[in-house]
Amino acid sequence: MAPPANRRSGFSRRAQYTTFFSYAAGVLGAVVGLILLVIAIVSPDAFSGLRGAASDVTEPLAQASAESRTTGKDFFASVSGFFKTGSERARLERELAEAKVRLVEADAARDENRRLKQLLDLREDDAQPIAFARLVASTGASSRRFATLGAGADRGVVKGMPVRSPMGLVGRVLEVGSSSSRVLLITDTESLVPVRRARDGIAAFAQGQGDGTIRIRLVNLGLNPLRKGDVMVTTGSGGLYRPGTPMAVVTELLRDGAIGRVLSNPSDTDFVIVERAWAPPPPPPPADPLPGTR
Amino acid sequence: MALLARTDSVVRPRINRKPSPVLARSLPWLTIMFGSLVPGLLLIASAPVLPPLGFLAFVAWRQLRPGLLPVWAGLPLGIFDDLFSGQPFGTAVLLWSIAAIVLDVIEARLPWRNFLTEWLVAIGLIIAYIALCLGISNIAGASAPLRIIGPQLVISVFSYPLVGRFVALADRFRLTPFVRIR
Repeated sequence: MAPPANRRSGFSRRAQYTTFFSYAAGVLGAVVGLILLVIAIVSPDAFSGLRGAASDVTEPLAQASAESRTTGKDFFASVSGFFKTGSERARLERELAEAKVRLVEADAARDENRRLKQLLDLREDDAQPIAFARLVASTGASSRRFATLGAGADRGVVKGMPVRSPMGLVGRVLEVGSSSSRVLLITDTESLVPVRRARDGIAAFAQGQGDGTIRIRLVNLGLNPLRKGDVMVTTGSGGLYRPGTPMAVVTELLRDGAIGRVLSNPSDTDFVIVERAWAPPPPPPPADPLPGTR
Repeated sequence: MALLARTDSVVRPRINRKPSPVLARSLPWLTIMFGSLVPGLLLIASAPVLPPLGFLAFVAWRQLRPGLLPVWAGLPLGIFDDLFSGQPFGTAVLLWSIAAIVLDVIEARLPWRNFLTEWLVAIGLIIAYIALCLGISNIAGASAPLRIIGPQLVISVFSYPLVGRFVALADRFRLTPFVRIR
């Protein structure tokens, strides 16, 4: 292709000045960008109001696209389900029979739990959800993992509330707008959640890796007791995340921990639940010194 | 596809009609802003897999019509992109402004162009942009390893010609004469 029209300004003073000032403005844009960046790095909350307003404005559009996304997924699920009906049905019946037995056992366990807690005089805290909402948008082109939730201050969402789906933990609320809020997903590299193995309570930290997997770091180093398929649940230590929320399943073992897969893949979840931030029970009062030691 | 394959000479100039000046001026800005929004809306991604469409459209417009967007266009468009991209605020303002200047410098050195050279220049810009975005977000607190942008790089590089096609389509639409001259 021929070169574009000659943009040399020639002897015209006016054209020369125009070119000069437009380049000066371009450099100024870069400088402004650098200044904004420094402000954003020094105080990450500086632009949260602006971002909240922007996501509030685009929230209806995002809601519409989230709905069509769900419809499209449902369509493909029904087409693929049509071809697997027979074997699926047999498997489901078998699982249902097993699940019924498990359900009865779980009922019994829950009842026993309640009685034991009454004996110990433990207060039952409410797990009432604050809001049900869709994850309407996410940062698909960035290495950070944020999502936009279609509920904000108008539905009682407050900064720091954990967000979960029926399958497991999704993330926590980072910034709240008036009708939308920004969620830090657990797969982000800045998200660190204290977890334990569901079976026996081996303590660990789960940190996102930014690529959809979770790095599980054991608190107690040494022999790695984890096995593939172990389910990690939140401990609730430090507050914020309610204890016992399922989070990840171990898929690959490392020397000092494991790589896990997130149980509730945010792209598959339709509605998510915003819960009240969990506050750990206050520590017990210091025990009386043993008689005879004073 | 017929619309895409048509060459410029086929557009029949209609007498008594001219392009809408508002559309002709605003469409490049609108398509780039739309490109900034789309990756967020397409799916709830658990890894960076979608190309930064806003940046791709920005580069494509500058390559297709040098001088149509002013050199400082990276400032307002970058602010808009930063509102939705999830990067630390100011990343796009900085990188888009630099990209515009770099493109102009390359263009002055390399006046003759074809599809391949434009794509190669764009590949260089895209790789630098995505890698710098990762670097900046890591400075700002994240600790993502370099390997997670691999898929995104490949997808972005190969989707650039498509974005260029879309921009060319938008450019044709922009200059369609449909406003009656009084």
